[in-house]
Amino acid sequence: MKARTKFLVGSGIIVATLCMLAYVGFTQSKTYYHTISELPTLQGASLRQRMRVSGNVRAGSIAHRSGEVDFVLEEQNKTLPVSYIGHDPLPDTFKDGAQALVEGKINPDGSFVAEQVQAKCASKYQASPTGSPGAAQPGQTMNGAGGSGLPNKS
Amino acid sequence: MDIFGSFALLLALLAAVYAFVAGIVGIVTRRTVLTKSARNAGIAVFGLVTLAVASLEYFFFTDNFTMAYVAEHSNRALPLFYKFAALWSGQEGSLLFWSWLLSIYAFSALFLNRKKHPELMPYVGVVLAGVQTFFLTLNNFVATPFNVLASANSSGVFHLARVTEGNGLNPLLQYPEMVIHPPMLYLGYTGFTIPFAFALAALLGRYPGEKWIHITRRWTMVAWCFQSIGILLGAHWAYAVLGWGGYWSWDPVENASLLPWITGTAFLHSVMMQEKRGMMKVWNVWLVFTTFMLSILGTLLTRSGVISSVHAFAQSGIGNWFVSFLAIVLAVCFWAWWMNRDYLRSDNQLDSLVSRESSFLFNNLVLLAACFAVLWGTLFPVLSEWFTRSKISVGPPFFNKVNVPIALFLLLLTGVGPLLAWRKTSFDALRRNFAWPLTGGVVAGVIAFIFGFREIYALICLILSVFVTLTIFAEFYRGARVIANRDHTNILSAVGDLTMRNTRRYGGYVVHFGMVLVFIGIAGSAFNKDIQMDMSPGQSLAIGPYTILCQNFDQVANDNYQSERATLEVFRNGHSEMMLYPQRRLYLASQVTETMVAVQSSALRDLYVVYAGRNPDTGKPVIHAYLNPLVKWIWFGGVVVVLGTGLAMLPNRRAAIVLKPVQEKSWGDALPATSPAPARRPESHD
Repeated sequence: MKARTKFLVGSGIIVATLCMLAYVGFTQSKTYYHTISELPTLQGASLRQRMRVSGNVRAGSIAHRSGEVDFVLEEQNKTLPVSYIGHDPLPDTFKDGAQALVEGKINPDGSFVAEQVQAKCASKYQASPTGSPGAAQPGQTMNGAGGSGLPNKS
Repeated sequence: MDIFGSFALLLALLAAVYAFVAGIVGIVTRRTVLTKSARNAGIAVFGLVTLAVASLEYFFFTDNFTMAYVAEHSNRALPLFYKFAALWSGQEGSLLFWSWLLSIYAFSALFLNRKKHPELMPYVGVVLAGVQTFFLTLNNFVATPFNVLASANSSGVFHLARVTEGNGLNPLLQYPEMVIHPPMLYLGYTGFTIPFAFALAALLGRYPGEKWIHITRRWTMVAWCFQSIGILLGAHWAYAVLGWGGYWSWDPVENASLLPWITGTAFLHSVMMQEKRGMMKVWNVWLVFTTFMLSILGTLLTRSGVISSVHAFAQSGIGNWFVSFLAIVLAVCFWAWWMNRDYLRSDNQLDSLVSRESSFLFNNLVLLAACFAVLWGTLFPVLSEWFTRSKISVGPPFFNKVNVPIALFLLLLTGVGPLLAWRKTSFDALRRNFAWPLTGGVVAGVIAFIFGFREIYALICLILSVFVTLTIFAEFYRGARVIANRDHTNILSAVGDLTMRNTRRYGGYVVHFGMVLVFIGIAGSAFNKDIQMDMSPGQSLAIGPYTILCQNFDQVANDNYQSERATLEVFRNGHSEMMLYPQRRLYLASQVTETMVAVQSSALRDLYVVYAGRNPDTGKPVIHAYLNPLVKWIWFGGVVVVLGTGLAMLPNRRAAIVLKPVQEKSWGDALPATSPAPARRPESHD
């Protein structure tokens, strides 16, 4: 066999192995994004998928129970009851009105069991306590590009 | 002053556009006057962007909260150090910072080469000006950092807002490393523009000879070095600040910084094939192009929020600009390659599977596979939404499954590759070079197995690490012994002498050794432990060899933050070993709470303790303790990598001794003192 052929065969084996590993890793960790309004339309296998759903935390809906935290996410007048069963404490940004991203599975009764919760403050720009009226309505010049939705690493 | 900054920025854009247009006209009409004037305009961009940056920094230092960007990212009580760093804490400022670093690079490239390569530099100037035009357009019209806060009164006249206090810097960024990490990473991202410019210029101008590939290689090393520092500092920041016990989570922003690093690494290896054997020319050019495009993609992912992650929640319109720019760059690269593809014809073919060439080919193959896997996994939410209408993301298991075997294979090549000869390696040479290191690796593996080491990947990593380390040390020893015998010096000074005679080769070994240390540190994560517990004073928890006793909880406060603090005493074997003070801070200006991790780090393991807040049910403070073995090796290995890269960039101390490529059996055989043959390409070692 020529060196070139050998190299191509070797490459083929490596690439095939990696593709197999990639496929296994993919099926283990794929997570679907859904909006709250999409959830009732899901059927069959797609109901058992791991998924991520985002929405705003309804004010006053956060209830701490033993071993779990219950709250309601809302988005465009649709709501989703969520039970967070993860072990890590909820992020500090998780409060009434916060924008939250929950990851987990859906129960047959339509409620959501979350293993992970990420949250971000609802308003990016808060008027500072000592600010003048000018600071309270900065929207005219500051509604631009929002990359400052930090925590960005860079 | 805001007018001053905006004006400087606008002039910079005009200068860049002029440099671009005049440069092209100068090349087409062959008028040196125009070419020179274009170059000077390119150099002037640096001065103008510097003025704009200085003006924005001035606003930060003078607490001018009328400036929207300053109001959003700073406050009066912010330490001076962070006011300076606030420049790159948001989108507008960081894009300005990008432009500035790029202008520094462009200035250096144009200025250092102003009397060299008269056929090549005009093209380089045009490519650089083109990239600068894009970023300065963003700075001027899409994400300008010089917006002022103003409101209209009843008669519609706008007045500047009198703002007395700003929102404060994101507390996550109030950490010393955050002042260094972004500049390093950005120096990496922007730095890949210079090799790109030289490669594209050489292709467009059909620059004769291989000189451009040496220039490209050197600049790639500069950018690669900064990118390595940036990635590691980012990982360290995530570890020390984010408080989840790890340093890498395959987040899109992390992946984005890894992508150009991977292709840059591939290029630094495969470029040797071109230098020594005249092979892989098309591949190399495309690696440089790809690395640049991945840097742009990285900036896009970091700054636009195209992929939602913890890092980037917000969507913004800037993505379209980047995508368009990427499309233009790709089209130009493709066109340049297609028009000049005969210029890149290969001089040689692969001779044997057991040769240096094939080890480089495999190195490139798996690096590219890793790059593709990471890119695919990162972009999958976007791609799946385009093609199937449902948005799917993949998590760490996917990235780990693919990349861990690739990394181990690369580690193997790190040991094997440098000792294989060009063209073909004999069985004798294989046995001579590998018998002892391989035995050492296997013995280490067996001992570890007997002591209960059962994690398969960690075990393979250990065997390979010992093997690679032994091959590297054997290389130094073999060369140094010859010098020591000849000059009657001791072996240590001979090692120094040897290294300085061929910095590129031995610097490369040092980089490899640093990577081995990083690998060992990463393999340590297979043995991570963690435990979480509600604790009140007097309670204790046990993790590994440590017992953590909770002594007290209290509160501390200053102008910038209020903090809840736990006082923990750590015992080992019944002896008190240290005190740890994990905290939870509320930053006053931004009203954001942050975790301050307490880490006790040693060469063997890190004890990493987080005050995770209070349990809402019991009101008790929650302590989360992690035991992470060998993490310190990663940071130390990173330092070695950087030192090695620096070493490889130094000029050789004496006339380079390079064997003619075809005669060279292997690096292991090419002892430095044996052949003073004239260097065929002395510049390859400069």
